[in-house]
Amino acid sequence: MRSRIVRMIGAAAIALLTALGASAHDLLHEAEELSLGSLEPLPADSSNRFADDERAADLGHLLFFDARLSSNGQVSCATCHDPARQFQDGTALAKGVGSTARRTMPITATAYAPYYFWDGRKDSQWAQALGPLESLVEHGGTREQYAHVIADHYRDDYERIFGPMPDLRGNPRESATAVFVNIGKAIAAYERRIRFAPSRFDRFVSQWKATGKQPKDILTNDEIAGLTLFTHKANCVQCHNGPLFTNYGFHNTGVPVRAGLADDHGRRAGIANVKGDEFNCRSRWSDAGARDCLELAVLPTPGPAHERAFKVPSLRNVAERAPYMHAGQYATLAEVLDHYNRAPAAPSGHSELKPLNLSRDELRQLEAFLHSLSGPLDAPAKYLRAPQESHR
Amino acid sequence: MNTAKINRNSTAKRVVFAAALAVAALGLTACGHMAMMASHGAQPPAAEAFGLGPRVSQKHTYTAQLLPVQPLRVRQLQSVPVLITDAQGRPVENATITVDGGMPEHGHGLPTQPRVKHGNASGKYEIEGLRFSMAGWWEVKLAIDSPAGADRITFNLSL
Repeated sequence: MRSRIVRMIGAAAIALLTALGASAHDLLHEAEELSLGSLEPLPADSSNRFADDERAADLGHLLFFDARLSSNGQVSCATCHDPARQFQDGTALAKGVGSTARRTMPITATAYAPYYFWDGRKDSQWAQALGPLESLVEHGGTREQYAHVIADHYRDDYERIFGPMPDLRGNPRESATAVFVNIGKAIAAYERRIRFAPSRFDRFVSQWKATGKQPKDILTNDEIAGLTLFTHKANCVQCHNGPLFTNYGFHNTGVPVRAGLADDHGRRAGIANVKGDEFNCRSRWSDAGARDCLELAVLPTPGPAHERAFKVPSLRNVAERAPYMHAGQYATLAEVLDHYNRAPAAPSGHSELKPLNLSRDELRQLEAFLHSLSGPLDAPAKYLRAPQESHR
Repeated sequence: MNTAKINRNSTAKRVVFAAALAVAALGLTACGHMAMMASHGAQPPAAEAFGLGPRVSQKHTYTAQLLPVQPLRVRQLQSVPVLITDAQGRPVENATITVDGGMPEHGHGLPTQPRVKHGNASGKYEIEGLRFSMAGWWEVKLAIDSPAGADRITFNLSL
């Protein structure tokens, strides 16, 4: 009788160990899906035939830092998108020539995204770059003004890449728009080269995969526990999935209103705006064929489901990018995690969150895991600082 | 006799306890998702209700089969061929098909509004612009209309 009991307990123990082994295997599989090793090759940008032109990227780098592309000569793209700070500015609401109603978005690896801005109102990197240039509170200038900056200071570079500079005196709006579009395409060619390099989390996964054993000295126990929470109990992977920790989607997560700002309908307005955008994939300024614009063709009709839905940002280097949410509502990662744990009702529309009931320790572990996603940027070194040469 | 009975009982209890431990360990990975399901009240159908088909429509007017060229993926915009036949197994031409769906456990629809074009073979159509924004149970519902009548088919897919 006793030996039978021992055998049965032994069999149960083996089953338990097998189950635990399977669970570790699952965690490796889930971690692999989140690691940079799973990132697909950079998709082609059919809307920008200069996207992979190195000369265009070099020109885009110069333009990105040129404050002459503003109404007061003091605001460049780099003013808010500072390469030394993960291409963002560390403030709740971006400040150009005036004050905006949204948090500056990072630009790293955005070449993978189908839509841009917190509300997805643009559908390419180049069309995105043009938005702030003519925003009254960001760069504050006009395409006519910027076309003259190119004609006066970048004519040779411009003509080597894009062909003859149009005559800005005849039909000024049309010719200025042609130059303006190419400004966007050059900046996009530059931004396209800004990618993520492996973080500690990625090294943990690649070493685990290579050796078949979970590494002991790359992530702490808290960080590994945080990873498990991220993929299971907290279900962060519902939206923050894949190697860039984003599903490229838009979701209402009940983020509170920031006092003093006008109503923000998020994606509900963004869908309508991108459909009618003068520079979208189907526009005459796009290099894409009609068949390349499937994203636009299958955009849903904006409705209550999109009310106050905002873009899911990548979580790579997220610990380096406080404050958080679309209007910088939360100052720290701890505040963000507390928000997801509480799951408050949305100010308008319907929040997709449910309370997580995470303990204080679990919240701390999740935060620790998010810190393990920090790593260097992958870009030519010259692109991560202001241009050395100046164009006068 | 009494002792033997007690022993048998305690053996049974231990086995049940050990089995429960093993089941709990196996279930660990599913816990988070189970909690999400419970909170929205939607329960996925039985395993045999999942898959690419062929599936018969509600009123038995049509049979549809999804024929993806590559396995369905999360995040990527993808196009999926679908074969539509009638109750006699003949390919259905000139059908109007609209696509709907979502994640019942999470209470949201599809992130895109896919469109359907007639394909290059008899009874073949192409569902263009499907996107699944996360892993899990998705419903893809086809509303099919042709001279044979209007009917609906729901596919349950596990991404």
